[in-house]
Amino acid sequence: MAEEKKPAPAGGGRANTKKELPEHFKAYKHVWVAVEIEHGEVHSVSFELLGEGRKLADKRGVELAAVVMGDDRASLDAAAGACFEYGADCVYIVQDAALKHYRNETSTKVLTDLVNTYKPEILLLGATNLGRDLAGSVATTLLTGLTADCTELAIDDEGSLAATRPTFGGSLLCTIFTLNYRPQMATVRPRVLAMPEREEGRTGKIIEFDPKLVEQDIITKVLDFIADRDTDKANLPYADIVVAGGLGLGSVENFQLVKELAEVLGAEYGGSRPLVQKGWITSDRQIGQTGKTIRPKLYIAAGISGAIQHRVGVEGADVIVAINTDPNAPIFEFAHLGIVADAVTLLPALTDAFAARLRVNRLAS
Amino acid sequence: MGEFSKPFDAIVVGAGPSGNAAAYVMAKEGLNVLQIERGEYAGSKNVQGAILYADALEKIIPEFRDEAPLERHVIEQRMWTMDDKSHTGMHYRSDDFNEEKPNRYTILRAQFDKWFSSQVKEAGALVLYETTVTELVKDLSGKVIGVRTDRQGAPIMAHVVLLAEGVNGLVGQRSGLRSEVAPESVALAVKEMHFLPRETIESRFNLTGNEGVVIEAMGTITKGMTGTGFLYTNEESISVGIGCIVSDFAESDTGPNELLEAFKNHPSIKPLLAGSECKEYAAHLIPEGGYKAIPQLTGAGWIVVGDAGQFVNAVHREGSNLAMTTGRIAAETVVSLTRKREEMTAANLAEYEKRLGETFVMKDLKKYKGIPDLLHKNKGNFFGTYPKLISQAMQVWFRVDGIDKVSKEKAIFRNFRETRTLWGMVGDAFRVVRAWR
Amino acid sequence: MHIVVCIKQVPDSAQIRVHPVTNTIMRQGVPTIINPYDLFALEEALRLRDRFGATVTVLTMGPPTAADSLRKALTFGADRAVLLTDRYFAGSDTLATSYALSMALKKVADEFGKPEIIFTGKQTIDGDTAQVGPGIAKRLDYNQLTYIARIVETDTDAGKIKVERRAEGGLQVLETRLPVLVTMLEASNEMRRGSIENALIAARADVVTWNAADVGIEDLTKCGLRGSPTIVKKVFAPTARTDKAEIVEAEGKADAKAAALVEAIFAKAPDVEQELLEQAAHHYV
Repeated sequence: MAEEKKPAPAGGGRANTKKELPEHFKAYKHVWVAVEIEHGEVHSVSFELLGEGRKLADKRGVELAAVVMGDDRASLDAAAGACFEYGADCVYIVQDAALKHYRNETSTKVLTDLVNTYKPEILLLGATNLGRDLAGSVATTLLTGLTADCTELAIDDEGSLAATRPTFGGSLLCTIFTLNYRPQMATVRPRVLAMPEREEGRTGKIIEFDPKLVEQDIITKVLDFIADRDTDKANLPYADIVVAGGLGLGSVENFQLVKELAEVLGAEYGGSRPLVQKGWITSDRQIGQTGKTIRPKLYIAAGISGAIQHRVGVEGADVIVAINTDPNAPIFEFAHLGIVADAVTLLPALTDAFAARLRVNRLAS
Repeated sequence: MGEFSKPFDAIVVGAGPSGNAAAYVMAKEGLNVLQIERGEYAGSKNVQGAILYADALEKIIPEFRDEAPLERHVIEQRMWTMDDKSHTGMHYRSDDFNEEKPNRYTILRAQFDKWFSSQVKEAGALVLYETTVTELVKDLSGKVIGVRTDRQGAPIMAHVVLLAEGVNGLVGQRSGLRSEVAPESVALAVKEMHFLPRETIESRFNLTGNEGVVIEAMGTITKGMTGTGFLYTNEESISVGIGCIVSDFAESDTGPNELLEAFKNHPSIKPLLAGSECKEYAAHLIPEGGYKAIPQLTGAGWIVVGDAGQFVNAVHREGSNLAMTTGRIAAETVVSLTRKREEMTAANLAEYEKRLGETFVMKDLKKYKGIPDLLHKNKGNFFGTYPKLISQAMQVWFRVDGIDKVSKEKAIFRNFRETRTLWGMVGDAFRVVRAWR
Repeated sequence: MHIVVCIKQVPDSAQIRVHPVTNTIMRQGVPTIINPYDLFALEEALRLRDRFGATVTVLTMGPPTAADSLRKALTFGADRAVLLTDRYFAGSDTLATSYALSMALKKVADEFGKPEIIFTGKQTIDGDTAQVGPGIAKRLDYNQLTYIARIVETDTDAGKIKVERRAEGGLQVLETRLPVLVTMLEASNEMRRGSIENALIAARADVVTWNAADVGIEDLTKCGLRGSPTIVKKVFAPTARTDKAEIVEAEGKADAKAAALVEAIFAKAPDVEQELLEQAAHHYV
């Protein structure tokens, strides 16, 4: 039933629909981003959130703060520095040996303690596996509202966070508010927001926070980390060029044609949801509402009809090229460039044509 | 299997209108009924709009109007003959159809079948979905005593098996109870559902409230093949489709999708669909062979109902009412035999055919037994020549261009005679009358 | 061992349409399905049962028609189905949903034994939030294991579980103590097909149905719209781009079409052309 709003039952009030912030929440101030660090690396979604958080904080006339947690001083300092350069006024640094790896238990405790101590009005996290794992626990502990997987954040006239997210597989968008609880929490998927400009040398204040964690009290243990050795690992959200295939290719063998074109272009490849269901591709290569959101400079969709679920995942692309046999396919509604053709015959020709163009240049130089 | 080793009184294969009617009636009468449907739910294999004839259902569930998901009751019937640019129509609309218990409704099968299935369960039948009956189990004497399914486990036993598996049901065919359906006895219909706001449908078709319109059309839209096009108004959608005899498609280089595209873009249809969003596309088979195509209907331990028995009146485009009626009569036969503790032998089950003979089902099918053949053999004339001639005649007659009416009449008759000999036309008329009688 | 699987009945998103005028969801004729991600959770529970001889209870919150999904779960082989349904739950957001479900789970524990493992799918396909599972874990104080790709080991005697969890760049191998809430990753297993006996049992089974009062919810302000801190203020359709795709018309064979398309692509995306050409040149050097 989550996120599905219906009229209130008879006798039920809509008490929450008007802003009547209780007194004890009025002290909550500032915009926070919970920064995602794994293996010493800051996930770029955190910088994207800082970019957006900066705008929200300016609109509210408050500070933008980042929360970084980990065990290694050097990487925490580096992360804090980056956060300042991406717009943070303040960074909370939480250093503890127990925070070497992300664990729900420890991170939930640290973040809720921090919130209860410093009282931010807005708390943003990435809608990654880590962010979603943490956000749900924190929101439930704090008994506050959380809007997951937002595509747009804004401040309304009353100063509340207006979080817009797709619903029903992207068929509709809804704008959600947490009027009478604090903090207002939201998660945003990687690559939905633009990467902000980095202001070299920008700095701010650091607040150290002692989490008082005792490893012996922590139930969940991290035994090992099996890094993805698979060099085939997809990095769709950050690719400049993406080539994707859909059911129109007809068979898993024909999907090879997508990979071949991607190879020539140095692109990532992916596919629509039915392909994952059919087992032609792994789910980390699924593009769309329930898969990855991409923002490439060039996106080539071969044999994809362009259902709304797919559309919401690719709309951020600069140039969308559609190859489809059906001139009425919905993909032609939002593609920039289209060709009515059978992808199975066109793709190899396209691969050759690109290869030829690039080869000519090579000889010329 | 333990508790399931006791045979069921009856197993019904299929949860369309005929299977649901049969399972409902038997369960309501206290029989221990198992119904097996291959789809994810009843109606999942049939996502399209259709016409429901109230009378047949009323005899099974008298108060169905209170609960069943009905779209619009039909107050207007439009019969069109079409050439490439025009239609000549006969419309019948009557406020009498705005009655307390309307006679015909448009329905969406996915929802209606699902509702009907819920009634079957409420009546006490066990219903299995997503389960396909793969074969009938027979005893040494050849009597059907149960079914095997595609799920792991022992066969399920029953005193009688009702085959309500649709026109192309494989169980009966595989078990040698009937032969494969002949391609000239079955039509392939393709349909689409087009969504439009309620208000648009009402203003476009001149309707208020739940009133509905049905358009049935024949002519050059089927490119010389035996078939018809149709359009129904639902509550917030329009069902549009076209169907032709399968053997005609086999001989033609035009496919069903092409026909439907052309039909939707016909100048008489296109404005009715303007601005709509097409959601569903489906193709399905309709038995069209009529009386002559009816297979053997009963045997030791088995009965055939609905489309599997070719029970469709192609002339009046009635199907679901025949399906429900045959399902009900078969169920009543089984109930009465069970009550009398009689065996489900071939001789005893033949009672079903006797009872059926006394209903409109057999009487109507007999009446029109010559029509399918006639239309099929003269398809060039009925689905090409005549519609064109009628259109040309109408155009000459209505165009005001300074030519006197007598000359116009002469031109019309001359055109008819030049295209089709007088004897040919008389012959066709005679044949239609004879087949109709 | 007792295992509970939380499932949700959702509209088949592939068939959802928006009313062109009123911008509301047209539910008419949209079939409902078990949230596909939940099937991975159910299958994992059934596998554990097959190994350890556990009982598997499926639980859902939803309208009375959600019983269809529960019955379907029974045909896969689940042992018991519980439906939590009440009009007071209408309009629940993730916080109110996790509250109602946690209350139902407490009642399940009282009636049928405390579950050692609660499974959910990683998220639903309609809400897409992935927040209800963590919410339940927090409210019941269960250890939380999300995005689990594989259950490596379950030691019921020692009360321990070892799993592989999908994280950025690899798999975390985690060990924790029972009871746990596990959200299963997609493609972690393949749903079985229940036997004919499962199907017959499911068709006959009664679905245990509870309302808010049945599960001991006294404070209805924690439920439904009133219990939801989030408020949906506006629902709207994504703005359609007014300009459609520019169609590349090219006669002849695939080569001719491909050549025309390459030209058109580079005309639209000169920066991409520039970069590709530079890279190509670079490789040559």
